[in-house]
Amino acid sequence: MTVRALLDNRLLPALAVALIVIALPWFFPSMYYYRIGALVFIFALAVVGLNLLMGFAGQVSLGHAGFLGIGAYAVAIGPTHLGMPSWLSLFAGAAVSGLVAFLVGRPILRLKGHYLAVATLGFGLLVAIVLTNEAQWTGGPDGMSVPRLVLFGWSVRGSDTWYWIAGGTCVVGFLLALNLMHSPTGRALQAVHDSEVAALVLGIDVAGKKLAIFTISAMYASVAGSYLALFNGHVTPDVAGFLRSIELVAMVVLGGMGSIVGSLVGAIVLVVLPQALTVFHEYEQALLGLIVMVFMIFLRRGIVPSLAALIARPRK
Amino acid sequence: MAELLQFVFSGLTVGAIYALVALGFTLIYKSSDIINFAQGEFVMLGGMITVFSALAGMPLVVAAVVSVIATTVIGLALHRCAVAPARGATPVALIMITIGASIFLRGVAQIVFDKRFHSLPPLFSGDPIKIGGAAILPQSLVVLACGAVIVLVLWLFIERTMLGKAVVATAANRLAARLIGVDTRSIVDFSFAVSAAIGAIAGILITPIALTSYDAGTLLALKGFAAAMLGGIGSAPGAVVGGLLIGMIEALSAGYVSSNYKDAVAFLIILGVLIFIPQGLFGRARVDRV
Repeated sequence: MTVRALLDNRLLPALAVALIVIALPWFFPSMYYYRIGALVFIFALAVVGLNLLMGFAGQVSLGHAGFLGIGAYAVAIGPTHLGMPSWLSLFAGAAVSGLVAFLVGRPILRLKGHYLAVATLGFGLLVAIVLTNEAQWTGGPDGMSVPRLVLFGWSVRGSDTWYWIAGGTCVVGFLLALNLMHSPTGRALQAVHDSEVAALVLGIDVAGKKLAIFTISAMYASVAGSYLALFNGHVTPDVAGFLRSIELVAMVVLGGMGSIVGSLVGAIVLVVLPQALTVFHEYEQALLGLIVMVFMIFLRRGIVPSLAALIARPRK
Repeated sequence: MAELLQFVFSGLTVGAIYALVALGFTLIYKSSDIINFAQGEFVMLGGMITVFSALAGMPLVVAAVVSVIATTVIGLALHRCAVAPARGATPVALIMITIGASIFLRGVAQIVFDKRFHSLPPLFSGDPIKIGGAAILPQSLVVLACGAVIVLVLWLFIERTMLGKAVVATAANRLAARLIGVDTRSIVDFSFAVSAAIGAIAGILITPIALTSYDAGTLLALKGFAAAMLGGIGSAPGAVVGGLLIGMIEALSAGYVSSNYKDAVAFLIILGVLIFIPQGLFGRARVDRV
C-alpha cells in the first residue's frame, strides 16, 4: 500500500486515534494522566455520536446530556436495585436510551433550527428533573454510588485500566462512525444536511434517516455516560444537566462539525483545559462561555476543518 | 375555592414575570430573528446588581435605577460584541453564541457577586391583603401593576412613535425597511437594550418574592421561552397571555399534582406546543418556501 493510498483511506482517522491511544502512555509521568486520558476518550465517544447528528445530519441537540444521564444511572440503578450485573446494565441503558430517542425523536425531529434546539433542551431538562426527584431510585440531588464493574470475576479498577477500556471503545466507536458515514445511510444523511428538500426529491426517507441517526447518537452518549459513572464510582443528576449538554455541543463545534478527528480534539480541549486551570476553578463557567462565543464568532468551522483548509490551500 | 384562588394569585404573579421575559424574547426575535438564550441572565443581573448596590449603601430606588442602566449597557454590549460580528451565521451558531453569552454572564456574576441566594425588601411592606379567603402580598400587586405598565408603555411606543414604527417595519421586512431608510442595525441595538431593561425590571420586581442567585437565569429564560412559544413566537400579546398561562398552569400543578415537578410543566408545555400547535395560540403558521 502506498503512502497516498493510506492517506486516502477513509478509516485513517480511527487508525490515528488508535495510535494516539497506544502512544500517549509513554508520555504519562503519573497515574493522574491516565485519569485525564480516560476522561478524554469517554467524552470523545459521546461527542462523536453527537457529531454524527450535528455535523452529518445537520440536526442540533441541546439535550444530549439526558442520554448521558440515562446511561450513567443505568449502571447505578441496575446493580443496586435490580440485581443486574454492570455490563448488562450498560447494554440495557443503551437500549433504553435508543428507545427513548426513537420515541421522542419521531415528533421533535420534524422541527427545525431554533425549535429543534429548544425541544431537545426541554427534553434534557426533563430527564435531569426526573433524576433529581425520583430519590428512592436515584438518591435525589446527592446522587448515588455506582458499584464497580466486574467482568468474568475480575473487578475493574484503576485509572490505567479504564484508560485502555475507554481508549479501545473510543477507537471502535470511531470505526463504526466512519463506516456509517461512508455507507448509503451516511451519504443520505449528508444530502439531508445540505438540502432536505433536494434529499426528499431524490427519494430519501428524510424523517427515517434523521430518526435513525438520533437513536444511534443517543446510544453513543448512553455508553459514554455508563463509562463515566463506572469510572467515577459515583453519579449525580448534574451528569444530565444543561451545562453538560452545552459542554458536549461545545466540544463538537470546537473540534469541528462533521469532522470525526475533530470530536477527539474538542474533547481534549474541553477536558484538559479545566484540569490545567483548576487554580481558577471559579472562572470555569465564564471561561466555557467565552470559548463557545469566541469560536462561534471567529472560527465557526472548528479547529480541525480550519487547520485542514489551511494545509490544503494551494501555494502560490 | 380559597385554595384555588390562592394558586391563581401566585400563578399570576410569576406569570407576569414570565410574560416580561417572553416580551424581551419577542422584541429581539422580531427585529433580528435571533432567539436570545441570555434573556434570563438579564433578569438575574437586574436582581443581583440591585442587591449588591443596596448592600454597598445605595438607597433601594437608586440601586434599582443603577441596575437597570447597567443591565441595559450589558444587553447593548451583547449585541455589539457577540451577535453583530456573527452576522450571516446559521441559527445553530447564533444559538450557541447566545448560550455562550448566558454561561459567560452567569460565570462572571458568580465571580463578581457570590453563589448565595439573595433577597430584597419589598417596595411596599405590609400585611397580605385578604380576598375571598386567599391572601395576596402587596408586592404581588406591585409586580402585576408594573408588568401592566410596561406592556402599556411598550404598546404606546410601538403604535405612536416614529422609532416604534421603524421597529415594526424592521420586523416585517428587514430589506424593505433598509430601503426606505431605516437604520436596521440601530433598531436591533435598540431592541437588545430594551429587552435587557425589561428583563432587569422583571428581576428587581421578583427578587423580594422569589429570591435570586447567579444561576437563576436559565430556568427563567426557558419558562419565558415556553411562554413565547405558547403565545406564538413573535406575537407580543401572545407573549403576555402565554406568560400568564404558564405561570397559572405551573402554580396549579404545583398545588394539585406535585410541587417537585412544577419546573417540568413548562418543558412539557414547550414539547406539547412544538408538536401539536407549532404556530402557538396567537401566531401565524409559517410556510417555508423552497
